Amino acid sequence: MRFERREQRSLLLLVGAPFAAIVVALALSGILIAIAGAPVLEAYRRILIGAFGSRLSATETLTRATPLMLTGLAAAVAFRARLWNIGAEGQFYLGALAVAAFGSQLLAGLPGPILIPVLLVIGALAGMVLILIPLWLRLRFSVDEVVTSLLMNFIAVLIVSMLVDGILKDPLAFGWPQSQSVADHAMLPKLVSRSRLHIGLAIAVVLAFIIAFVQSRTVFGLQSRAAGLNPQGAVFAGVPLSRTLFKVACLSGGLAGLAGAIEVMGVRGYVTTDLSPGFGYSGIVVAMLANLNPVGVIFAALFTAIMFVGADGMSRSLGIPTYIADVTVALSLLTMVVALFFTQYRVRR
Amino acid sequence: MSTLIDILASAGLWAAILRIATPLIFGTLGALLSERAGVLNLGIEGVMTFGAMIGWLAVYNGVDLWTGILVAACAGALFGALHALLTVTLGLSQHVCGLGVTLFASSFSYYVFRLAVPVAGTPPTIIPFQPLEIPVLSSLPFLGQAVFTQTAPTYLAIAIALVMAYVLFRTPVGLAVRMAGENPHAAEAQGVNPMKVRYGAVIVGSALMAVGGAFLTLSAFNSFFPTMVQGRGWICIALVVFSSWRPGRALFGALLFAFFDAFQLRLQTVVEGVPYQIFLMTPYILSIAALAIMARRARVPQALMQPYRRGER
Repeated sequence: MRFERREQRSLLLLVGAPFAAIVVALALSGILIAIAGAPVLEAYRRILIGAFGSRLSATETLTRATPLMLTGLAAAVAFRARLWNIGAEGQFYLGALAVAAFGSQLLAGLPGPILIPVLLVIGALAGMVLILIPLWLRLRFSVDEVVTSLLMNFIAVLIVSMLVDGILKDPLAFGWPQSQSVADHAMLPKLVSRSRLHIGLAIAVVLAFIIAFVQSRTVFGLQSRAAGLNPQGAVFAGVPLSRTLFKVACLSGGLAGLAGAIEVMGVRGYVTTDLSPGFGYSGIVVAMLANLNPVGVIFAALFTAIMFVGADGMSRSLGIPTYIADVTVALSLLTMVVALFFTQYRVRR
Repeated sequence: MSTLIDILASAGLWAAILRIATPLIFGTLGALLSERAGVLNLGIEGVMTFGAMIGWLAVYNGVDLWTGILVAACAGALFGALHALLTVTLGLSQHVCGLGVTLFASSFSYYVFRLAVPVAGTPPTIIPFQPLEIPVLSSLPFLGQAVFTQTAPTYLAIAIALVMAYVLFRTPVGLAVRMAGENPHAAEAQGVNPMKVRYGAVIVGSALMAVGGAFLTLSAFNSFFPTMVQGRGWICIALVVFSSWRPGRALFGALLFAFFDAFQLRLQTVVEGVPYQIFLMTPYILSIAALAIMARRARVPQALMQPYRRGER
């Protein structure tokens, strides 16, 4: 048995493959649910109800999808240029931390319409700073950025832990290590009243479309794709490789930092070391599920959010551990890369 | 200054070094073997987590400690087979698949653990490996306390490092592994099937990683809790680069790393006014520094991360 490259790919295959991947992932998780002794279809029905059954749960799902879209975009733009930024988790935390630091004290005097955009930029800049270290190590010492950007995640969370228990600690938090809250007028406006859903969702969706445009219609988009497809070839074609990677890194780190900033300004108001339930890592899955397509990221983030929010409700009623959501999402990443492989290759005996 | 000397002169420090190094030795050797054959296995973090969980769970359910280690090794081998299927047979991106395996293996570990062990106030425990009494050696002054108070898996880790160094550089099997990682086309021409060699290396490597994880729950601690692997897998990947893909240096690197880790743990208790998080950061900063220093000089296996497809160049 061997694999042979497909000369042409049918539309049905291209559209059907991602859906087939999700179905297979859900079927595999179904086996795990069955082993746990719960009715499988009923479990999935309850996941859907948990994610969309009421106005509250639907807005919760969209609120959860917002940071996932941004970290998903962060991974998608980086991976497209073969820049393996696995550090979105740490960049998310630094963005959140920067917003908490500037939004609670230093800049809290500014009026809301100025303060909010300034804080969003500060959050993005904080994320950028963190990715520039692995990037510099790659360009200067040719160190693979996968491990360095991963290790930066642990360092970033420790920095957060140190500051929320130190100079940023909220004295009114009954001794809990928690940062001071950002000023009330620094909080993002709500998108839907009486819910947690904030305009961060709109920002994420708009950014996805802007990035899609940049990637398909600008010189930078072409250069970043070229840098990913064939670095040597790109250099011969006149692509400034280091500068392109620098821009890609800034974009990627900035998006992840922005995700952290928006999570603080939209939902929590303050930072703790459990602000993120792995948004940075889930972003990698979101990007891969979308096949690195920025608009696809929106839908992949929704799928992931549905699984996470829905599994909470399902877990309470059926007694299946909520970790089933993480398992399903991770499995769908693996089935997706296999499905994408079979859109490019066919099996020959 | 005198406190520094006190720390260095305490047998406890040296005993701790070997204890801290053991999971790193297993993990680094596993990653090293796999990379020597040309396959980067970023599944390591998840495989270590799964090994820690399943080994502990097996012992908790009544099997003896060595069977627990064996169960972990078999589970690790299965994840290795999955990674090999994706990266060797299908030739998919080793980065992406490795991360996928890590995410899957760690969330699957937590799922199984939660199903098997209901939430309790205090986590359930097992009786872990006890220090091995070695006649004569263990009763030596200082040295006995510092070096010869380890549990059996620690000695096993050191033995495996030596065996791997011998096998890689002195046997036909080792030559086949290195050929698959340096030039699979040449290996094929010599009648060695690089696909099979890669499968073998990834599977055995993953088994070693899982044993490293199991050491955490069966010897270093006596219970399992989520996120207990704490990035040790990623540190192992860094140590492989540090070691220039040589088992002997991997052993040395893991010990050196453990020395700094054990040292900072003791320094935390005597240095005042420095937040403890600074100390906790040192292992990660050291790993990054080690990568920066060694990456240029390291001789990377030439076909690392390159999928091999027969008849394709």
